[in-house]
Amino acid sequence: MTEPAGSYLSFDNVSRRFGAVTAVDGVTLRIPKGGFVALVGASGSGKSTLLKMVNRLIDPSGGNIVLGGHNVEDIALPALRRRIGYVFQSIGLFPHMDVGQNIAIGPRLSGTSLSPDRIGELLSLVELEPEMTSRMPDELSGGQRQRVGVARALANDPELLLMDEPFGALDPVTRDALGERVLALHREFGLTTVMVTHDMAEALLLADRVLVMDAGRIVADETPAALVAGEGGEVAQALVAVPRHQADRLAELSR
Amino acid sequence: MSGLWDAIAGLGDQLAAHVLLSASAIALGIIVALPLAVWASRSPAVSRASLAFASLVQTIPALALLALFFPILLSLRAVFGEGLPTLGFLPALLALALYALLPILRNAVTAQANLDPGVIEAAHGVGMTFRQRLLLVEAPLSAPFIMAGIRTAAVWTIGAATLATTIGQKSLGDPIFAGLQTQNWVLVLAGCIASAGLAILADSLLGTIERGFRERRRGLWLGGLAAVLLGVGAAFFAQFGGDDDDSVVIGAKGFSEQYILARLIGQRLEAEGFAVEYRDGLGSAVAHSAAASGEIDVYVDYTGTIWTNQMKRTENPPREQMYREIAQWEEANTGMEVLGRLGFENAYGLAMSREAATFGEFNSIADVAQRGQAMVIGGDPEFFERPEWIAVRDAYGLRFAGQRNFSPTFMYNALQSGEADIIGAYTSDGRIVADRLVILDDPRGAFPNYDAVLLLSPQAAEDEALKAALLPLIDAIDVEAMREANYSVDREEDKLSFDEAARLLAERAGL
Repeated sequence: MTEPAGSYLSFDNVSRRFGAVTAVDGVTLRIPKGGFVALVGASGSGKSTLLKMVNRLIDPSGGNIVLGGHNVEDIALPALRRRIGYVFQSIGLFPHMDVGQNIAIGPRLSGTSLSPDRIGELLSLVELEPEMTSRMPDELSGGQRQRVGVARALANDPELLLMDEPFGALDPVTRDALGERVLALHREFGLTTVMVTHDMAEALLLADRVLVMDAGRIVADETPAALVAGEGGEVAQALVAVPRHQADRLAELSR
Repeated sequence: MSGLWDAIAGLGDQLAAHVLLSASAIALGIIVALPLAVWASRSPAVSRASLAFASLVQTIPALALLALFFPILLSLRAVFGEGLPTLGFLPALLALALYALLPILRNAVTAQANLDPGVIEAAHGVGMTFRQRLLLVEAPLSAPFIMAGIRTAAVWTIGAATLATTIGQKSLGDPIFAGLQTQNWVLVLAGCIASAGLAILADSLLGTIERGFRERRRGLWLGGLAAVLLGVGAAFFAQFGGDDDDSVVIGAKGFSEQYILARLIGQRLEAEGFAVEYRDGLGSAVAHSAAASGEIDVYVDYTGTIWTNQMKRTENPPREQMYREIAQWEEANTGMEVLGRLGFENAYGLAMSREAATFGEFNSIADVAQRGQAMVIGGDPEFFERPEWIAVRDAYGLRFAGQRNFSPTFMYNALQSGEADIIGAYTSDGRIVADRLVILDDPRGAFPNYDAVLLLSPQAAEDEALKAALLPLIDAIDVEAMREANYSVDREEDKLSFDEAARLLAERAGL
């Protein structure tokens, strides 16, 4: 596999069919190292399926995905997943493990243990007190849980962070704060981040590049500025219209 | 009440055997169910098939399941050789383990199916292997539910294990079956209390383990587990601590006379320095096969039973000739030795109350065939299936308004209460005299002789010391002595225990 210049994660004519339904339809895409890419689209547009094919929670029906110069199919499954941070809407903290054990699970699987100091450090990264380490997941609020979820995803020092509707179930205030925090971490650690969201405002504010998906295909690939300026076509502009309309309404109210 | 406590206190041996049998069956059930549940969680087809199978097993009555393992194991001897036991622990273990399978399997499969999909996605997402996912996530989260299934299985198994008595496995069913046989309710109650108490204890200990899993308190479940292991260990020690491997196993079918004769033989052998064990409550065919295969060493059978049931003969030769042919047949076909006749006959005969027989002028079976069509006939559970009944029925052309099965004890009560008008009685039964019954004549000689004979397994036949100890029993017991002993345990008041009745019989017979 030759690595196209400037590409860290690339999709080459990737498809996925579920029976008669084509969820992802021949996507070709290059994401450079350090990029923060948002995948936006309506429900059923194929964005989650595309994301999950990177850490092979779903296997493609056709095409290749190359990560850091290696086809993901050639990397042993546990090893592949352990070097990718994964955060998703239902969080999936292990209910029988305390916060510290949840965060340390990735290194534990590879046979190393995290020091309490390192766990405390990871907790501070997501703005939680180090004392939280001994709490059980059912004692936490939804926002605290997803913060732990992010800390768990970072515990293995990944280069790539995949997020599937990470803030979808959180209240707006927590959502905003945690989004900002993740963006800061993305910059601080030089991560490559791919985030699936149905919220165009979130995508525009966090990502440096927004991909719009419709019926399994990428129909727009623009910077946030370009989208706001009206580029990207009909489907993309329909999505941008929602936050723009909301902003206009708010502006009217303040007059 | 003190009688009840004494009876319960005397059940130590049965309790230990019961604990070991139940624990082994549950352990085997767990060993089979858990891997099956893991497989089922990865394959809906396996899940459906295994649950359907376990549910099907559950619909088979426990007693029938136990009984079915005898022929199954017998046929498996073709594969595993003659050493494969067909009675006792092995078939009881297999049947009960099958029974224990369903609750464990169902709970394990349900627990796996109900795991939070988010947690499973996270397990995949952080890069767990199949093994890590199973051990670190699925097992700890399913454990309380699986434990609840094991609890259910334990309660069922401990209850059903009382039925193992019928296939020759010592259990808390021994006093229940013996007590039912002789209407000794103290004995039945003692068995029930011991078995129910054991079930409650097991349930609460396993419940402690379950709570420990659920509340993630290691001390709690480790403590519960330690208590369970301690109990099973103590039972194991009680069963195998002493070395009574070479004890003589005495078999008895499920009626009073057999229990008493087994004790008579046992007391004699113990006096001669042998260690003995009892396998009580065996079915007629089971007892014969058990002796032929060496599961039991010695038991009492009846010539007519062997003649018609084992040898499948239909003619009715004179007494001596039949005895000689049986001895030859056993030697040639099963290797068993017929040591001799005990001296009395316990024939099947058709019995009626004296009043009814006199009033209706029923003197012989021929009279019943002629004028008895309106009567209801009662018999023990085996009676109507036995070839000698079919021979008698066909010889006289007997027809009745109805036929009913009773346990031998209740059969006599049924005759008195009018639920049956005529019964297939045993001629050595003490209740024939006590209940003022008459045995109808058999002018065509359709019922064969039923001389009580002592049978030795092929192995026991080689043991000269054993044979010498048993020889004094030959021709020592007349039918009056046997009737008296039988009645002493069957009567409503002042019942003797089997041991006491056996001593009384020994005294009467001058042994």
